[in-house]
Amino acid sequence: MRPARAHVLVAVDEEARLSGVERVLAALRAALAELGLAEEVQVVETGTLGISGRGVVLAIYPDGVFYGGVRPEDVREIAEVHLLKGRPVERLRLPIAAPVARPGEILGRQTRVVLRRVGVIDPENIEEYIAQGGYEALAKILFQMKPEEVIEEVRRAGLRGRGGAGFPTGLKWAAVRSAPGSEKYVICNADEGEPGTFKDRLILEGDPHRILEAMTIAGYAVGARLGIVYVRGEYTLSIRRLARAIEQARAYGLLGENILESGFSFDIEVRPGAGAYVCGEETALLESLEGKRGWPRIRPPYPVTYGLWGKPTVVNNVETLANVPDILIRGAAWYRTLGTPTCPGTKVYTVLGHVRFPGLVEVEMGTPLRTLIYELGGGLRDGRALKAVLIGGAAGAFLTPEDLDVPLDFDSLAGRAAVLGSGAVLVMDETTCIVDMLGSILRFFQHESCGQCVPCRAGTDLLVRLWEGVQCGKAGADTLARMTEIVEAMRLSSLCPLGQSLALPVRSALENFREEFLAHAQGEPCERCRSQGGAT
Amino acid sequence: MTVEKTAILQGFPRSPDVLLALLHALQRANPQNYLTPEDLRLAAEYLGLPLSRVHDAVTFYTMFSLRPRGRHILRVCGSPTCHLGGAGSVLAELERKLGIKAGETTPDGLFTLEVTSCLGVCGVAPVMMVDEEVVGNLTPKRVREILRRLREEG
Repeated sequence: MRPARAHVLVAVDEEARLSGVERVLAALRAALAELGLAEEVQVVETGTLGISGRGVVLAIYPDGVFYGGVRPEDVREIAEVHLLKGRPVERLRLPIAAPVARPGEILGRQTRVVLRRVGVIDPENIEEYIAQGGYEALAKILFQMKPEEVIEEVRRAGLRGRGGAGFPTGLKWAAVRSAPGSEKYVICNADEGEPGTFKDRLILEGDPHRILEAMTIAGYAVGARLGIVYVRGEYTLSIRRLARAIEQARAYGLLGENILESGFSFDIEVRPGAGAYVCGEETALLESLEGKRGWPRIRPPYPVTYGLWGKPTVVNNVETLANVPDILIRGAAWYRTLGTPTCPGTKVYTVLGHVRFPGLVEVEMGTPLRTLIYELGGGLRDGRALKAVLIGGAAGAFLTPEDLDVPLDFDSLAGRAAVLGSGAVLVMDETTCIVDMLGSILRFFQHESCGQCVPCRAGTDLLVRLWEGVQCGKAGADTLARMTEIVEAMRLSSLCPLGQSLALPVRSALENFREEFLAHAQGEPCERCRSQGGAT
Repeated sequence: MTVEKTAILQGFPRSPDVLLALLHALQRANPQNYLTPEDLRLAAEYLGLPLSRVHDAVTFYTMFSLRPRGRHILRVCGSPTCHLGGAGSVLAELERKLGIKAGETTPDGLFTLEVTSCLGVCGVAPVMMVDEEVVGNLTPKRVREILRRLREEG
């Protein structure tokens, strides 16, 4: 078979599925067959192309043309006008500034390590992963490196946990390796529940083998024989693709007994969650994996010594693990050329809200917010002005336009009393009411508080009630002070990060938008809150 | 115990860590989308756990219900991203059209309305799940269309 003249990459992710991608694919294949192009044009189903909110998105290579909002009835035109006659269909074409990137032809300022193969390969085909350098890192470490050397390389690379806290991954692995006991576990935390975040889902959907390879490497490094991916129950496509990838890896001898005849054995299971935000907290996740309610454990002891079934356990986020194979192939020194001295590497963000091009982007650590919003996100919609950015999800902080040039990494943001968290960047324009947005966050926490410790259970409830008084103008400056006191008490005394982190959104909102809160509290609410106050 | 339930139980190893997966399976098999007292007892006996331990887990997770639910379950995402996109008006329209509040089931047993946390498809906010399917870019008008379609299907 001769190589194809053109490739059509069709993003098949959860969002595309709900836009009817299956029907578009069927129509595309039919149109190509009808025009006699089936041999020379190859259709590849891949993960996200990094574009969100544009329905079915596809890319045509080598031309590098992206189409969005493609419906089955548009396909014939694309096939005939573009693929046969070579002229792009302008009415469906996405503007070049859309946050998309391909290896070697980076658009905007993206640096793709973790997302290198997402939107490039067919995630359901292990051979495409292998053809693009997949499982090379695993083969290399199994035959050329001792477990201690693997850990040392990850430590020297300076990789830090991408789940939010930024803990050094090498130290975590070393602690599990040196913990006493022969039974150890590697857990991939894919219980992605932070509102506005879906990077882990897109990594799992777009490049599932990368995670399996990384978990196997972690298993070799720490001395574990079993890995478990704890994935949100709602992520049906991720679950299906992971299960398929595991099956394929086992068939190729890359998972299971005696991997590549190296003498090392490791297997991976997938466990769906059952709907609880708090299970993203690692000790709650462990409880849930044991079949119990997801109540966070009192720490110490930490999971590195007392994890699943009380055994030493590595718990790493999806994005953290996704960095591992490239570090081992290209080395710690290469990794340190990316990002900042204290936070090497890249970070994946979901840029959402009132931007022109919402979507998934990967940039070097330390890239300022301005680049994310104005270059990769295309700026604000309808020519409106920026009012605030909620960074890090619901447990994140409200930043203002003055913060646009702060480098985004774990350390610089900590100086602004904000967190990088899960990489959610929610952009709000001048029409947004911050009082209303904070209300949505408070209700979310009230609902998701697990109820185990008093400060969080009572605090989240009190905050919602105080907020209601603010919104409908039955409060004063003392109410705002009371809210600040409560979140401070929760920060100091809650059992887990859920209750501790509510101080971030509440304090940043009250401090940065104090006038707005005072106006509401003293009886001059915005239009939106007035109408809602009347309804309740 | 029905033959069907025996078959479900025997699809799992007798190990306490499979509890959530086993409960998911039992709930899926019930056309009214909930776990009966018998289900909890069966799960406890099969896995060798105290009944209280099973009850403890069931009441914690939002995906499980101990009350009969409608044939269709509508889960509206209430997270900040969807809120910014107008989830409030979507929920209000659903409550008005169905005549129930979030957490309730319509008297004809057709719909249960729930609010869920982030579904991770924020690019098309506001979003809801209609049974197993995710529907995005919702407006009050689209909500009315969806309800009409589901009513016609019955």
